[in-house]
Amino acid sequence: MSDERRPTPKLDDLEKGPWPSFVREMKRAAEGSAMADQLLGVLELSYGDRVGHWKHGGVVGVRGYGAGVIGRYSDVPEQFPEVAQFHTMRVNHPAGWFYKTDALRKVCDIWEKHGSGLTNLHGATGDIILLGMKTESLEPVFAELTENGFDLGGSGSVVRTPSCCVGPARCEWACFDTLALTYDLTQHYQDEIHRPSLPYKFKIKASGCPNDCVAAIARADLSIIGTWRDAIDVDQEAVGTYAADGLDVRATVCDRCPSKCMAWDGTSLDIDNSACVRCMHCINVMPKALRPGLERGACILIGGKAPIVSGAMLSSVLVPFMKLEPPYTELKELIGKILELWGDEGKNRERVGEFIQRVGLGSFLEAIGLEPMPEMVKHPRENPYVFYEEYFEEEK
Amino acid sequence: MPTIELNGHTYAVDEDGFLEDPMLWNEQVAADLATTEGIANMTEDQWKLVNYLRHYYLEFGIAPMVRKLCKENGFKLNQVYEMFPSGPAKGACKVAGLPKPTGCV
Repeated sequence: MSDERRPTPKLDDLEKGPWPSFVREMKRAAEGSAMADQLLGVLELSYGDRVGHWKHGGVVGVRGYGAGVIGRYSDVPEQFPEVAQFHTMRVNHPAGWFYKTDALRKVCDIWEKHGSGLTNLHGATGDIILLGMKTESLEPVFAELTENGFDLGGSGSVVRTPSCCVGPARCEWACFDTLALTYDLTQHYQDEIHRPSLPYKFKIKASGCPNDCVAAIARADLSIIGTWRDAIDVDQEAVGTYAADGLDVRATVCDRCPSKCMAWDGTSLDIDNSACVRCMHCINVMPKALRPGLERGACILIGGKAPIVSGAMLSSVLVPFMKLEPPYTELKELIGKILELWGDEGKNRERVGEFIQRVGLGSFLEAIGLEPMPEMVKHPRENPYVFYEEYFEEEK
Repeated sequence: MPTIELNGHTYAVDEDGFLEDPMLWNEQVAADLATTEGIANMTEDQWKLVNYLRHYYLEFGIAPMVRKLCKENGFKLNQVYEMFPSGPAKGACKVAGLPKPTGCV
């Protein structure tokens, strides 16, 4: 802690404007934390030098676990001794991010006692991120967190902490219990979450319906997205009420349906469910009149990732429909086969989506024992100069 | 550069305790480094793992993938963590005198 305020002209610029500022938050933390104060100094120096002053990597962790802590060392330790070690700890969040306030207070108390006091709720995986601790604090923090019912999350080449949308806890559209599934998978994959043994990270996210509030399709290697396989449940009278209240059903609902599977004649909404792509648009516009069908489950998609080694990818369909009820045997068997195959054959730092691109979807499906299905096709082929194997067989 | 003194020997190491020069390794070094992992006397299985890592590194210049390490030595991953509580990367590789594994492990 410095008695006078550390001059940070470059950082101060980031406090201007009406929006929240991480600099403002860090300055508040710096009033009670020497680490947060010196962190401001390192950052100001970095903006001046136009170079980050953190060394890449570092191998730190707690006993028994190979993941959950990300090592950070400063390359200017003499100048800023308090942040010479500034490790990050990931804490597994509860499914759907439901906390009691006293649980959050407890985490903050532990963190103010042992760490910088700075937190990030939540990281991209969903974990609570505790920013900035010294190596000597690792075991005490871990011990106090576990005493209070928390555990570390995943980091590095592991199954990352599974996460999900709030699901049936707050949302009527949930097609399966995302919270129960996430909790179950977290318990089932404890070994894979804490002890790295995979080519790279493997993220699992579950959304209760195709609105996909946790963006599972873009952010998870294995995206589990709720859907239904029967007809949309329509309350014609309620559709009529929407129309009477001034909603232009044809323009707002029917014309915006991506597969044009519905028509409104002024008295009834006619839906061709075989052409419905489960986009949720009509349901979102008229929540009092339409609901997902009753045969509910999830679509399992694979391969999503953000751009690190190669470009961003969206997950694509692997299993069009799966019932998701405890003990989720079918899903766990599928994940097991994927992890076994990709774990053995994947290159270092190759996400499962990149692995599928490299070996080809056909080989991948064969190896995990799934039959190819039309739903797995992302889009019709654009190159007509491709010949199917059967053509060659006919010629023989 | 930090140094560490173990059983009367001095070693140049990085901030995580890995040998700066992986070539300055022998069994005495391994036994000394093992004390930083809380291992006073290495068991036969621990030596098996360390020697495997060492040979693999000398042959290929990198550390093996964790799954390969387990399969080829017949250990389960949690057994490796029982032998080296800080794990195969931070514990076993350090004792085997390998350079620090890179990346966010």
